[in-house]
Amino acid sequence: MLTIQHLSKTYPGGTHALEAVDLTVGAGEIVAIVGGSGCGKSTLLRIVAGLDRPSAGRVSIDGRVVSEPDPAIGIVFQEPRLFPWLTVAQNVGFGLAHLPRAERDARVAEALARVGLSDKAHVWPRQLSGGQAQRVAIARALVARPEVLLLDEPFSALDAFTRLDLQRHLLQIWAAVSPRPTLVIVTHDVDEAILLADRVIVMQPEPGRIAQEMPVDLPRPRDRAAPAFEAQRRQIMSALDRTLPGLSVLSA
Amino acid sequence: MVELSSASTRTRPARPALTALWPLAGLILPLGLALAWEAVVALGWNSGRLLPPPSVILATLTDLAARGDLAHHAQATLTRVVLGFGAGVVAGTVLGALTGYARGLARLLDPTLQALRAIPSIAWVPLFILWFGIFEAPKVALIAVGVFFPVYLGVMEAIRGVDRKIVEVGRVFRLSGVAMVRRILLPAVLPAYVTALRSGLGLGWMFVVAAEFMGASAGLGYLLIDGQQLGKPAQIVAAIIAFAVLGKLTDSLLALAAAPFLRWEDSFASSPRSSE
Ligand SMILES: Nc1ncnc2c1ncn2[C@@H]1O[C@H](COP(=O)(O)OP(=O)(O)O)[C@@H](O)[C@H]1O
Ligand SMILES: [Mg+2]
Repeated sequence: MLTIQHLSKTYPGGTHALEAVDLTVGAGEIVAIVGGSGCGKSTLLRIVAGLDRPSAGRVSIDGRVVSEPDPAIGIVFQEPRLFPWLTVAQNVGFGLAHLPRAERDARVAEALARVGLSDKAHVWPRQLSGGQAQRVAIARALVARPEVLLLDEPFSALDAFTRLDLQRHLLQIWAAVSPRPTLVIVTHDVDEAILLADRVIVMQPEPGRIAQEMPVDLPRPRDRAAPAFEAQRRQIMSALDRTLPGLSVLSA
Repeated sequence: MVELSSASTRTRPARPALTALWPLAGLILPLGLALAWEAVVALGWNSGRLLPPPSVILATLTDLAARGDLAHHAQATLTRVVLGFGAGVVAGTVLGALTGYARGLARLLDPTLQALRAIPSIAWVPLFILWFGIFEAPKVALIAVGVFFPVYLGVMEAIRGVDRKIVEVGRVFRLSGVAMVRRILLPAVLPAYVTALRSGLGLGWMFVVAAEFMGASAGLGYLLIDGQQLGKPAQIVAAIIAFAVLGKLTDSLLALAAAPFLRWEDSFASSPRSSE
């Protein structure tokens, strides 16, 4: 279980990026975080990943406080960030250098099969399409078997079709891995949030904080065209509207 | 129909043979000019006294080689280049790595080094002679100065240019400082480093000529001066050819040694981009 308690972050320049964020994510749960840009979503993920330090508050996994990068937490960024000098298989195995060769190879092969790229194992990253590269990044994060996988707008740089394909793919992987990893995914795309998440967190800016939490009680696989999906979409949209600074002034 | 297909089978084998010869197209002009000059001198239209025809240059080269002079002078020059290059590369790599890695050190050292770089390197020669005497040391020092700056700048800029986003992936996987350097920084800077080494080597060859003009009793530069003073243009051209061959050879060796580590860079063009 991932626990975020009273997390605040003020950058050296004085930007108040997060203010008292509290969030608990259960094991195997999928949480989507939506919100306009600048409301601290990336800051939140970076602190959870141990890449940045909070000004106050703390992050813990199963009661254990994490303050630096931790094997239990993986992260996928908006860009694949593959190492261009390593083959796809070597990229996936990057975090497994401590394992014996045979075990590493087996786990890399398994991860590549899971993201459907077994045939690309010996190809250089430059030879991959954007969607394939992002799948390799997901495989590289998952091969270390983290309890929690953080994804910061992982599909936002991809075209619409590839994005749909990877959303479906991510769910498949999540369902196939046991125990199921906890996923925290930041997205701009409300449909993506509803399609993937058990719970949607809406954030608002200045200072970045949680505006609203909404469970998504739709059976999987979810149908974007279903009326219940549409109702959920409207609910999140209006929650997002309320986070806009102009509107809060009007309603005050 | 029958004619068409037979025509195409007849022309097809000829094409790959022709395209395989394309890289040699660059030889047409120099070889053509050489042959033309040979003919002009052979026909007596020009004495070839100032610019000897290729046959005379070839004879001079084989003569120099047969007497062992070519090897002797080439070796003297090569030794200077190798020593100067080695010293310049070591100094450039260490200082470039320090200033590239630590902003504070860069603020401390870089302005001075940039100021020194603004000095035309040949201007150091009198000072080097005063300091190091007239034998090998000032020559090697001059070459090292020439090699130093491109290597220093290349290393500094390569390290600064390493993608921070990729370094962050190293942090996510909890790499130690040493592992970060070995597994991420070194491979990331390698292509730029090889480029810097190659331009450093090029300058090393440029400066060895200047160094040997300072006065040398051996070396290809000595052959140049000697040829000028004794009016032997064939010897000058022979030495120039030797410079070209050695320069190209050492550069190719460097590129060849680096190639296994840079396969990921050029394999891009040769293999088709796959699609989703
Ligand atoms: N390294 C940083 N230094 C200073 N300010 C930053 C830094 N990173 C982000 N910020 C600021 O913090 C706020 C939140 O940024 P971010 O977490 O990236 O938002 P989001 O991911 O929701 O778009 C923004 O105002 C941004 O300008
Ligand atoms: Mg962001």
